[in-house]
Amino acid sequence: MVNKKLFIPLGIFIVLVGFLFVGLFLNPREVPSPLIGKPAPMFSLAQLHAPGKTLGTPDMKGQVWLLNVWASWCVSCREEHPLLVELSKARVVPIIGLNYKDEPAAGMKWLQQNGDPYNLSVVDRDGAVGIDFGVYGVPETFLIDKTGTIRYKQIGPITVEALEKKIMPLVRELQKS
Amino acid sequence: MTRIACLPVTLAFAALVALTSISGAYAADAVPTEKDPVAAERAVKLGEKLRCLVCQNQTIGESNAELAVDLRRQVREQIAAGKTDADIIDYMVKRYGDFVLYQPPVKATTLLLWGGPGLLLLIGAFTLFRIVRARRRVADDLPLTAEERERAARLLAGEPGNNIK
Repeated sequence: MVNKKLFIPLGIFIVLVGFLFVGLFLNPREVPSPLIGKPAPMFSLAQLHAPGKTLGTPDMKGQVWLLNVWASWCVSCREEHPLLVELSKARVVPIIGLNYKDEPAAGMKWLQQNGDPYNLSVVDRDGAVGIDFGVYGVPETFLIDKTGTIRYKQIGPITVEALEKKIMPLVRELQKS
Repeated sequence: MTRIACLPVTLAFAALVALTSISGAYAADAVPTEKDPVAAERAVKLGEKLRCLVCQNQTIGESNAELAVDLRRQVREQIAAGKTDADIIDYMVKRYGDFVLYQPPVKATTLLLWGGPGLLLLIGAFTLFRIVRARRRVADDLPLTAEERERAARLLAGEPGNNIK
């Protein structure tokens, strides 16, 4: 008769391999935001193209909108930028840019070169609003509903997959409510 | 043989200790000294408790990533504004979640993390206890053969010609 106890190490090994296998597909850089389901932090910042005027969270009440954190110095922003430009052409959802820790002149030049998908960009010169939103890398994108609640956060560049499977279905659903 | 094998491990350990103490020194350097030494001390202490989310295995005190610099500034500003340590930690957790804490809080989701090592120790102790007990039973139960009995008697009597030198 085979000693059943001999299978215990094998069992432990298989469980361990299972954990490690799942771990292969996790991204430790994606830290779940505690802000999902919470009201978007209040801000009121100068507009990039019209420094005399401001835009803030209250101005967007009643609309479903995207807040995209970007900077001219940000390399991965270039990755998602064409997608944002496409999205803005479809005019389904307003995109507000948060120009994060950037020179306004450099930011404007960057938009000139790469296309401006934003209804408006606001200037977060010292990154204080970024901290309020829990931004720890650029780009990051927040989906905010009509009541001003954060519903989704994309960490890192928006991908076609994230846009089609997560962001757009959620936008449509939130726009109906 | 064993001693030689141990040497690289010892060296590696010594290097690790040296490195850790160096990074500790940097942590103090990274926060500019302020006029108020108590506040500066508090800022350093808090910086050691908060994780930098960019270089995730460093505290904001150790890291020189831009975010860490910003968060250190936040900590100092809030200390200057008269906030308590608990207020500042709460401020960070609200924005970045529990992950920002270098020492995770004990709650339902972290129970396995905190209890896991203890649980493994208990399982190990229990297994060891069972193995030892089973072995003792085997040793007690096996009767000696006549030859073994004779040899045991000879050993006990201390007669010459046995195996003990």
